[in-house]
Amino acid sequence: MERIYVANVNNLPEKLGKSVKVRNYDIALFKLSTGVIHAIENSCPHKGGVLSQGIISGKHVYCPMHNWKICTEEGKAQKPDEGCVKTFEVEIKDEKVYVCL
Amino acid sequence: MKKKKLVLVGNGMAGVRCIEEILKIDSDGFEITIFGREPYPNYNRILLSTVLQGDTSIDDITINELEWYEQHNIQLYTGETVVEIDKERKQVYTDKDRQIEYDELILATGSLPFMLPLPGADKEGVTAFRDIQDCQTMIESAQQYRKAVVIGGGLLGLEAARGLLNLGMEVDVVHICEHLMERQLDPTASKMLQKELEAQGMNFLLNKQTEEIFGSRRVEGLLFKDGSKIEADLVVMAVGIRPNVQLAKNNGIQVNRGIVVNDYMQTDCPNIYAVGECAEHREIVYGLVAPLYEQGKILAEKVCGVESKKYEGSVVSTQLKVSGVDVFSAGDFLDNHDTNSIKVYDDFEGIYKKVVFRDDKVAGAVLFGDIGEGPKLLNMINDRTDISNLSKVAILQDHSGGESSKSAALEMVNSEVICGCNGVTKGEICGAIVENGLTTVDQVKDNTNASRSCGGCKPLVQDLLEYTLGDEFDQSEIKEAVCGCTTLSREEVIEEIKSKNLKFVKEIMNVLGWKNEEGCSKCRPALNYYLGMLYPSDYEDEQESRFVNDRLHANIQKDGTYSVVPRMYGGVTNVTDLRKIADVAEKYDVPMIKLTGGQRIDLLGIKKEDLPKVWADLDMPSGYAYGKALRTVKTCVGSQFCRFGTQDSTQLGIDLEKKFERLNTPHKVKMSVSACPRNCAESGIKDVGIVGVDGGFEIYVGGNGGTHLRAGDLLCTVKKEKEVIETTAAFLQYYRETATYLERTSKWIERIGLENIREVLFDEENKKQLVARIEEALAHTKDPWEEIVKNQEIQEKLFRNLETQTSVRA
Repeated sequence: MERIYVANVNNLPEKLGKSVKVRNYDIALFKLSTGVIHAIENSCPHKGGVLSQGIISGKHVYCPMHNWKICTEEGKAQKPDEGCVKTFEVEIKDEKVYVCL
Repeated sequence: MKKKKLVLVGNGMAGVRCIEEILKIDSDGFEITIFGREPYPNYNRILLSTVLQGDTSIDDITINELEWYEQHNIQLYTGETVVEIDKERKQVYTDKDRQIEYDELILATGSLPFMLPLPGADKEGVTAFRDIQDCQTMIESAQQYRKAVVIGGGLLGLEAARGLLNLGMEVDVVHICEHLMERQLDPTASKMLQKELEAQGMNFLLNKQTEEIFGSRRVEGLLFKDGSKIEADLVVMAVGIRPNVQLAKNNGIQVNRGIVVNDYMQTDCPNIYAVGECAEHREIVYGLVAPLYEQGKILAEKVCGVESKKYEGSVVSTQLKVSGVDVFSAGDFLDNHDTNSIKVYDDFEGIYKKVVFRDDKVAGAVLFGDIGEGPKLLNMINDRTDISNLSKVAILQDHSGGESSKSAALEMVNSEVICGCNGVTKGEICGAIVENGLTTVDQVKDNTNASRSCGGCKPLVQDLLEYTLGDEFDQSEIKEAVCGCTTLSREEVIEEIKSKNLKFVKEIMNVLGWKNEEGCSKCRPALNYYLGMLYPSDYEDEQESRFVNDRLHANIQKDGTYSVVPRMYGGVTNVTDLRKIADVAEKYDVPMIKLTGGQRIDLLGIKKEDLPKVWADLDMPSGYAYGKALRTVKTCVGSQFCRFGTQDSTQLGIDLEKKFERLNTPHKVKMSVSACPRNCAESGIKDVGIVGVDGGFEIYVGGNGGTHLRAGDLLCTVKKEKEVIETTAAFLQYYRETATYLERTSKWIERIGLENIREVLFDEENKKQLVARIEEALAHTKDPWEEIVKNQEIQEKLFRNLETQTSVRA
């Protein structure tokens, strides 16, 4: 497994997404109101909308394209929509955020 | 967690409804067993008479199908009677030697028909009228015999009599009193009913007391106390019911007339409850379905351990159809020394209405023939409405006038109860119809429980359906919640924000008990807008509650790039601006340059991280092509060049755009100014459209050229440009303050009405205040592009992507 440094915890705004290109992946990084950080593929299963720009509520993000609701933890689209995005493990060490591939 | 064992004795309407209520609260907390003496699933006993009358089958009156029991993992034993309760070991025993443990035990044993202890009451051909078996006995008798006698002139007796008439028998009804249904009707209504039923073929023997039922093996006739006799092949005893308390009594549970319960339906034994017709609460045993369902709800809360209301007893109302005649009664409907009453008696139509008053309140009512006002009167009784300021006669005159054919249901307010049996309000029914797209009474029944029991409210439900689905219906009458996170409407939320002085989106959601702690994509931007509108000077816009376009001040495209539209006031440009736009397009390799419908230039396909640089290079104000704000003011050429132009439309357009740019509004606002009625700027389909005419301007509002194509309404005609700007200011502020977030002016106008808007705007004082408030809001706006260009922190937070640097092998 490979760990890639992407940001410092403090540099991630709360309840706003950030996108980062890692290898061939476009990844959306979310720092939730609880401080927990999740990383998922930055592409909605519906029509590829940029999830990193969605409104975040709890651990869910609403895609800015057509308002699909995606769980940032499990990557699943919430009912009534169906689909899922890839999730990435996030590691935090010394206030540094790593995404694992 | 281990499930609690819940046993219900009695598979009837009250008990099973209580189980439904329990499942609603806690669908998984109990292992449920139900015992029923009859060999059927829970059926609607109120509709038994329809089975007798032969127009429905048992299946039709079944409330809970066997599949329902299966679906909820309920073990149902039909045709099996619980005979003993071991309170020590918490077990019940049945007549089939079954032994079941319980943690909670509900007794819903209902009633037994009261059989008069007359000589000969045990003869063949004597039956009660209480269950499906009794119906079958009557149906079989009708095939062989001719002459039926019903003892009892109450509701049950009359229903039996009607059924027997339908089955082709001759029917005498014997009643001990002078008046039929004396417990539900006053003497006048009672006589009207008798007349109607006699016309249908019933024969009445009133003031008669039976002495003996005679015959050899089978009944042959009745002998009365006064010595007279009649023939009979079938005798139906329908003189009343008594609570079935035997099981409770035998097992040491306190019993009076019924099983005695407290305000939480608890008996005097721990973990044993009683509900329904078998229960006696504050010395009253109820026999109608509405109170029993109320009890079931309270018991369910108790059993599930949720904080519950007390049962405080019920005001009983009866709404019945007796042999095709609608009858309603409630409260104290008999005249007394301390009451006054109003009566309407229409012998032609067979309508009688009486409302009884005590101390300026409605104490009771009887309605015969037309029972439309029943629910309204019941609400007045329950709410103890003070009617001292009402014209008493008007209480009944609303609908009885020949001209008004409107259903009483339409006149009711949303909180009034339509289905008395199940306590379903008008608001709940209309809400369910709209939300779930219901189109039939059956769907309403399944969805809300309305009309599921006695069915008496079906006509009202039908009226509500027609009304709600019809053109006249205004959906705004139904309270519309802000979103699924709350049940509060926009108005209620705004009221709370003001009264509690709430200042943050999070605070609102927290204080007002949002179901989703952090809201959703619908409410968060709305609350953010409302706060900004209410506190223009000190509310700090919340970035994370804004839709991406409003947050990044650019329009997101399908590929995640953005479009940039700079201001071009009134659609007028110049070489400097055009040159700058061309340079920027070249520098950033803009894939598409397009003219918009709002007379400006759109640069499409710009990367998010380039946006601040593009804006810096353009050095032009934001065109707000992405925002819930004033977009553009489209103009025609006007009097500066056009040979038809009566007014300087371009200049007025520029002035309007400069005046109102940057203003946040509930939804986008498009404006235009045409210089003459040829209307080249399409002022008829704008939120605010100005048309220059000789000597003045027409102001059209609420036009829309998009999804809700709508021609604007002429708000007014004014003489001067200054008045155009002032009227527009007041109009926009009124829209900002009263529209729901994401409601365009076209919808808003239809909701609140043009007349309403006129009244507000044309009141000088109001207008002045609206203008003052919009000026305050405008004073606090800043060009967002300029702000972002200057602010590295925002650029970092919102526009910059993360860069990957080193990777670490794990």
